Amino acid sequence: MTDPRIERQWTTRLRKRVEGTFPPEKVLPDTQPSYVASWIYVFGVLTLAALVMVIATGCALAIMGPTWWHVSGLGHYINSTHLWSVEVFFFAMVIHLWGKYFMAAWRGGRSMTWMTGAVTFLTSIGAAFTGYLSQTNFDSQWIATQAKDGINATGAGSVFNVLNLGQMLMWHIVLLPLVALGLTAVHVILVRKRGVVPPFADVPEGVVA
Amino acid sequence: MVHPERFAALFNLSHPGHFISWGVLQVSYGNAVVIVLMVVAFVAALLLPFPGHRDKGGR
Repeated sequence: MTDPRIERQWTTRLRKRVEGTFPPEKVLPDTQPSYVASWIYVFGVLTLAALVMVIATGCALAIMGPTWWHVSGLGHYINSTHLWSVEVFFFAMVIHLWGKYFMAAWRGGRSMTWMTGAVTFLTSIGAAFTGYLSQTNFDSQWIATQAKDGINATGAGSVFNVLNLGQMLMWHIVLLPLVALGLTAVHVILVRKRGVVPPFADVPEGVVA
Repeated sequence: MVHPERFAALFNLSHPGHFISWGVLQVSYGNAVVIVLMVVAFVAALLLPFPGHRDKGGR
């Protein structure tokens, strides 16, 4: 007989809830439904792979600072790898988005999976924008001066000053990556919890998807 | 010793950008090419067979 005081502990309740929601065979499955054998399902994991490269190259750039790439061949190479992994990230993410949109991937209780993906997309746009502002070159100055009027017109300019390099760099390397990575983790966990959305034909008649 | 010329862009970027204008819409050639490539990749992903897949009639 288990001690009821132990049963009431938040650690016990949380562990049981996690064990019930995410059994190991669901978190790391051996097989996938046959309809997953399609190229369209590759773009989600390609987005994740690109994100790993974005974070890794970003961390390497952070070691030497935002102006390193102007004076170092290695820094320029890593900066370019950072840029091109972002290009692959958005390329794959948009195709992933198109695929999921036409599959109506929010069906079957997957609305939170869809919404976390959509908000991650918007967060990534902000991260890319602040990345452009952190280049420490004429391009970043041009983008900042062009963007300030639009940002100021929204009223957000008093707390989000695109002309402030220090602020934009911190948003780019701390705040937005934290949000994007957190949402990505929740998104992937939800995909594991609910499974991949089945094709329309696989939903039995009479079942509200 | 840094040799910046070794890392110069393959394409000459020292000129104003080229844009496609259509009414109020305006997109650079570079962005238009990327959008076309995304559409091509999307259609190819739907049509091309996935390698190594054998339908075993279930999951």
